[in-house]
Amino acid sequence: MNKILLIIQREYLSRVKKKSFIWMTLLVPVLFIGMYSLLIYTAVKGDELGDLKTVLVVDESGLVKDKLKNTTNITFAYSTKTYADERSGFKDSKYNYLLRLPATLSGAQILGEKKPGASLTGNIESQVNELLKNKKLLDAGIDINILKEAEKGINIEALQITDEGEKEANAMVAYGLGFIAAILIYMSLFIYGAQVMRGVIEEKTSRVIEVIISSVKPFQLMLGKIIGVGMVGLTQFILWIVISGGLIIGAGAMLGSGKTAELAQTQQVSAGYAPGAPNTVQIASATDSPDKLAKLQRQLADIPVGYTLGIFLFYFIFGYLIYSAVFAAVGSAVDNETETQQFMIPITLPLIFTFAFSLGFIINNPDSSISVWLSMIPLTSPIAMMVRLQYDVPAWQLITSMALLVGGFIFTTWVAARIYRVGILMYGKKVTYKELAKWFFYKE
Amino acid sequence: MFLTYLLLCQRLNVANDGYFHAMLSIRHIVKQYAGQRALDDVSMEIEKGKIFGLLGPNGAGKTSLIRIINQITAPDSGEILFNGKHLNQSHIERIGYLPEERGLYKKMQIGEQTVYLARLKGLSQQEATKRAKDWFVKLGIESWWTKKIEELSKGMAQKAQFVSTVIHNPELIILDEPFSGFDPVNAEVIKNEILELNRQGATIIFSTHRMETVEELCDSIALIHKSKKILDGRVKTIKRAYRNNTYKLEYHGAELAVTDDAPFEVTSRKNTEDGHEMTVQLKEGRSVNDALLYVMPLTALTGFHEVVPTMHEIFIEKVNELH
Repeated sequence: MNKILLIIQREYLSRVKKKSFIWMTLLVPVLFIGMYSLLIYTAVKGDELGDLKTVLVVDESGLVKDKLKNTTNITFAYSTKTYADERSGFKDSKYNYLLRLPATLSGAQILGEKKPGASLTGNIESQVNELLKNKKLLDAGIDINILKEAEKGINIEALQITDEGEKEANAMVAYGLGFIAAILIYMSLFIYGAQVMRGVIEEKTSRVIEVIISSVKPFQLMLGKIIGVGMVGLTQFILWIVISGGLIIGAGAMLGSGKTAELAQTQQVSAGYAPGAPNTVQIASATDSPDKLAKLQRQLADIPVGYTLGIFLFYFIFGYLIYSAVFAAVGSAVDNETETQQFMIPITLPLIFTFAFSLGFIINNPDSSISVWLSMIPLTSPIAMMVRLQYDVPAWQLITSMALLVGGFIFTTWVAARIYRVGILMYGKKVTYKELAKWFFYKE
Repeated sequence: MFLTYLLLCQRLNVANDGYFHAMLSIRHIVKQYAGQRALDDVSMEIEKGKIFGLLGPNGAGKTSLIRIINQITAPDSGEILFNGKHLNQSHIERIGYLPEERGLYKKMQIGEQTVYLARLKGLSQQEATKRAKDWFVKLGIESWWTKKIEELSKGMAQKAQFVSTVIHNPELIILDEPFSGFDPVNAEVIKNEILELNRQGATIIFSTHRMETVEELCDSIALIHKSKKILDGRVKTIKRAYRNNTYKLEYHGAELAVTDDAPFEVTSRKNTEDGHEMTVQLKEGRSVNDALLYVMPLTALTGFHEVVPTMHEIFIEKVNELH
C-alpha cells in the first residue's frame, strides 16, 4: 500500500511539475474565456461588424417599394428606372447590389460585384415573404389589427409537478448542463486516458519497467499510475474552474454593470431586427428580456448543485478509471505510440459514439429506452447519464448505473491487469488480438 | 551415515559451521509459456556469501529463472527457498536486481530517481537520500545529481542504475550482464564494488555470456541450455572434471619427431618465435613423468604445463553435446 502511494506521488509530481502542465492549466481558461467572449461579442454585434451594404431595388411588382426595412448594415434604395437601364450603368453606381423583383415575383435576382452573403439574401427573402404574406391576407379581407394580434408568439412555460408544487423546468438549462458535462467527461477520458497509455509506453521503451516491477507488483504500478494521472486530471480541472471563475468575476468587476445594461439593450435591438418583425408590431417589449434573465437565474438556482457535482465527480472518476485501465493495457501491448492505432478504435469508438449520440439523441429523448440502456452500460454511461441527469433520472436507474459502472471498473481493471503484467515484459513483438487473449490466460 | 547427515543438513538448510548454507534453494522449477517450456525441472543451490554464475546461450531460460527469483513471475511448479524460507513478498527488499533490459526514467533527475527506486525497496526518504549521496560520491557522479537521464552518457546512467541495485544493502544481488555498457575503466570500478559487496557478505548471482567474468569471479556455476540445467558445481571442480590429460610442451631446437612408442599422442603442433609448441594427450595409464622422461633426452624443454579447459570450452562442449 505504501508503495502504491509512492508511485502515485511520483506519477503526480512528475506531471504537475512539468512546464507543459502549468502552461496548459493557465492557457486553457484564458483561451476558453477569450473564445467565448469573442463568440458573444460577434453574436451581439455581428451586424455592426459587417460592412455596410447598399442595395438598389428595382421593384417591378410594386410590392416592396419603400417597405423594406434598413438594418444596421443593409440600406435599401429604390429605383424608378427600368432594370435594363440600371443594369447597364450599375458597375459605376454607388450601390453594392442590385435587386430585381419581377412583376410575378418569380425569378427575383440579386447581383453585385461581390457575391451576396447568406445573411443578406436571407434578410431580403424573409422581408419580401412577410410583405407578400401580409398583402395576400389583406387582399383576402383580413383586418390589419387581427393580423397584428396574430403575430404575437406564445412562450410555453415548462413546469414540472413535484412534491413541493410546480417547479419551473427549462429544457434549455438542462440541455446546457448536460452538454457541458458530456464534453468535460469525454475530453478528460481522452486526455488523461492517453496520458496513462503514454506513461506505460514510456516505461517500456526506457526499459525502466523491469527495475520497477522487481520492487512492486505490476498491478500496483498500474494502479498507482492510473490514480496518479487521475489526480493530475482532477487538479487541472479544479484549477481550470478556479481560474475561469476568477477571470469571469474579474472581468465582470472591471466592466461594471454598464456593460450588462448595454448588452441587454443590444439584445433587444437585435431582437427587433429579427426577420419578419419589422413592419409589424415590435414583439420584443422592454420588459421581456429582464424577465427571461430572472427566470434563467431562478432555474439555475433550482439546480441541486451538490447533487449534480457529486454525480458528475462520480462518473468522471469511474469513467476515467474504467477507460484508463484499458488504455494502460493497450500501452503495455505495444512498443511505441504508432502501434497503438489498431487497439485504439475499439476504445474510442464507444466513446465517440456515445458522445455524438448523447448530444444528438439522448439530450432530446432522455427517457427513451435506448437512452436508458446507454446510461446503464459501463463504457457509455459516464457520458450518457450526465446528459440525462438534469431530466430527473429515477433513483433506481441512477443506483443501478453506478453499481454497474463500479462493477465494470473492477472487471475491466482485472482484465487489463492480466494483459498488462505480460505485455510490459514483451518487446519487439507485433501483437494481435489473439495474442492479447493468450496473455490473459497466462498463469502468473 | 555421513551422506545421510549431509542430505539432512541440506534439506533443513542447517548451517554446519559454514560448510554449506544455501542462500537460495531452487527446486524443480517448471515454467511454461503458451506451449513453450522455458524452464524444465531446474534445481540448483546457491551458497550464501559466494559468487554464482548462471550461464547459458540466449533463450536458454536464464531470464525466466531470474524473473521467478525476483517474483516478477511465478513458476508453474517447484519451489524456491530464500535463506531456508519460502520465497515471498517480504524478500523483495532483500534482493537487488540489475536486469539486462535496463533503463531509467529519461525525464527524471538522476538523484531523485535513485532515491525513488530506493524507497520502492523500502528505505525511508532520509535514509535513501543519504545512501544515494554516499554512493554518488564513491562513484564520482555526485555533481550530476540534478541532471536528467537524457542529459547523461550511457556509462553515467549505468552507474546510477548500479547504485539503485545495491543501495538497499541486499543480501542477494542478481546482475544480468552487469558490465555491458561500461568502458573497461568503469567496468573495473564496478567489478571492485561488486567484490567489496561480496566481501561484506552479499551473495552475488551473475548471469552472463562472458566467460572471463566467470573464470575470474565465480565460485560456482550452473549452465542452462534449452530450458534444462545441464551442468552445475564449483568452477574448480568442474574444470578438474573436464581435464583430459592434455599438456603443452615448449622446446628449442629442431622439431621433435614422435615415435609410436611415446607415452602420449600429439594433438597439435605450432611454431613460435623462439621454438616450437606441441600439445599432447597422455596415453591410457601413462603419467606426466613418463612423458617427461621420453621427451627430455630428445630436446631442450623450455616449458611444460597442463592444459585445463577454459569455461568457454566447457560451455561450448556441453552445449554442442546436446545438439
